[in-house]
Amino acid sequence: MAFIMILFPLMMAAIALAFPSNRLRPWLLPLTAVIYSATTVFVLMRPELMVTAKWLILDPPGRIVLLVVSTLFLFCSFYTVGYLQYRKERSNRVFCACLLGFLGIMSIVVWSHHLGLMWVAIEATTLVTAPLIYFNRTQRSIEATWKYLMVGSVGIALALLGTFFLAYSSLQAGLESTLTFEDVLQNAPLLSKPWLHAAFILLLVGYGTKMGLAPMHTWKPEVYGEVPGVVGAIFAGGVTSCAFLAILRIYQICLAAGEYAYVSRLLLFMGLFSMIVAGLFMVNQRDFKRMLAYSSVEHMGILVLGLGIGGPALFGTLLHIVTNGLTKGVLFLSSGNIHRAYDSKSTDVVRGAMRRLPLSGTLFLAGFLAITGSPPFGPFISEFAILNGAFATGRFVTAGLFLALLLLVFIGMGATVLTVVQGRSPANANNTPYRDGFLTAAPVVILMVMVLLIGLYIPAPLVTMLKDAVSFLEGRL
Amino acid sequence: MTDLLNAVLVIILVMNLFALGTSRINAVIRTVAIQGILLGIIPLLIHKHLTIPVAIMIIVAVVIKGTVIPTIMIRALRDAQIKREVEPLIGFLPSIILGAMATAFALLIAGQLPLASQHYGTLLVPTSIATVFVGFILLVTRYKAISQVIGYLVLENGIFIFSMLLVEAMPLIVEMGVMLDLFVGIFVTCIIINHINQAFSSMDTRHLVSLKE
Repeated sequence: MAFIMILFPLMMAAIALAFPSNRLRPWLLPLTAVIYSATTVFVLMRPELMVTAKWLILDPPGRIVLLVVSTLFLFCSFYTVGYLQYRKERSNRVFCACLLGFLGIMSIVVWSHHLGLMWVAIEATTLVTAPLIYFNRTQRSIEATWKYLMVGSVGIALALLGTFFLAYSSLQAGLESTLTFEDVLQNAPLLSKPWLHAAFILLLVGYGTKMGLAPMHTWKPEVYGEVPGVVGAIFAGGVTSCAFLAILRIYQICLAAGEYAYVSRLLLFMGLFSMIVAGLFMVNQRDFKRMLAYSSVEHMGILVLGLGIGGPALFGTLLHIVTNGLTKGVLFLSSGNIHRAYDSKSTDVVRGAMRRLPLSGTLFLAGFLAITGSPPFGPFISEFAILNGAFATGRFVTAGLFLALLLLVFIGMGATVLTVVQGRSPANANNTPYRDGFLTAAPVVILMVMVLLIGLYIPAPLVTMLKDAVSFLEGRL
Repeated sequence: MTDLLNAVLVIILVMNLFALGTSRINAVIRTVAIQGILLGIIPLLIHKHLTIPVAIMIIVAVVIKGTVIPTIMIRALRDAQIKREVEPLIGFLPSIILGAMATAFALLIAGQLPLASQHYGTLLVPTSIATVFVGFILLVTRYKAISQVIGYLVLENGIFIFSMLLVEAMPLIVEMGVMLDLFVGIFVTCIIINHINQAFSSMDTRHLVSLKE
């Protein structure tokens, strides 16, 4: 099964490369995405299909990431067809192929149960997404691609060193050196502690760079500011979730090794620091796409903070992967529409989006309310669960800081978002023919409805998946 | 065997310092290429019995690190028509001193980490960490895009040295994946360098400052 999920999108990517018609090529994306999502649902319902080989196992945390990314990709694929209709002047050959390629490589990440293979796949997501950043061929997008490649490659190289350190920690303890996840997990209590500690730091820094945790987040505002909205959504909901899955793996190994106290301190620090940096840079941010980048830094911070709190917060943390991924989809796709309608992303000229684009403007506002944790949307539930976890474990200072930072972000982000959506367009705003179309608005509406529904009622199968994943992480499964 | 291995590792350390102290980019690329070939020899010195997967890994590593990547980079360099890294962030002599200090620091760190009994007396761990540090220094202190890529390659070489300690953990297919990623990474980066060169008429990353707060 793993091979189908990996090879099918890659094959479609190859077809996209060879496909002659620029007008019809984007339709390969929804075609692939629909089949892929159907396969995902099919696999998730049949546990016997979840083991392909010793290296390829779809475990509970992997299932959650797979579900989020394939859902997000499904809606993004329809949006992309609408988006590329406005970019007919440019060949979308590489763009489509890279998006499909990303889907295939993401499948390797979620299925891999070998930490070396996982590293290879995550590095490959860096490479396959780099041409997406470069789609607009402007000086600014070259600059963003360069920074992404350099910072990303160096970060991920450190993760490779960390992976090797982890393998050496079992060799030094007199065991056979291995990177198969099951074996490492089983031997976890015996691993050599100094090497394990060093490995954890390198892996956290390495994959943290890919997630965009502060202070390794520097590529993020550059990239998210320059990419088309749909690529931003794939990055903020997909690429980062894959990197987080890698951090979940090493977290689980450290838990099994009895190193909770050591990793928890580092994770709490990184989480709070990311939130602080994001909050500070969001205040007075005039570029609304860069603002979204800092929002992503903040939410990556929340994810690792949740891991650092551990125990009762784990359910909320895993739920936050889902809610953050879907809400980021809403925000990036609607902001892409606003960007196109004004041909600018500065709040100096982008005002009164509600009047010009009633639907996208409303979705952008609703997405903002959702992502900052306002009820009744999904992220409220997950953030509240993390906060509860902090109180339940007696971390009152952490909980207080968490609340204060959420408030700071709400105010900082709110000022920018309200400027964008309220009022009237200024006289110097560019007039463009773009108005919301079916393909660029409907997917965003459905995503928003899903975010709302998760806030009102989490479907029972999702709860089961999340609970399974929590038990798996804590080694009770 | 260990003496020969350590001698090779010392040569690698010296090459690091040479890469830090040379302004001719062409020479630095060649140095890193020779370093890559030397790395390919190390498994021969560690393992008494040469298995087929190890042999394949050596050949692929030597071909990619020693010939393919340098060829791509020298071509990128020729297209850009530059020869030297002028005025890096810190001068060439201070870079060497910094590199030597990093090497000493790496020895210190490696002394803190316990080794498996079969690796006593080898310089593999300190050389690996020192080479990673030198890669970092190159990345941070050089302005030309291609010099930064060289820094990345040196860093990658350092990690490769570490992987010599655990051939069993990395199956051939994963090892090949790492090499493929490295190759594609350098390839994509060189394409971007070419575009930077066309768009900014220079390979100097100090021109890449339009995206700032």
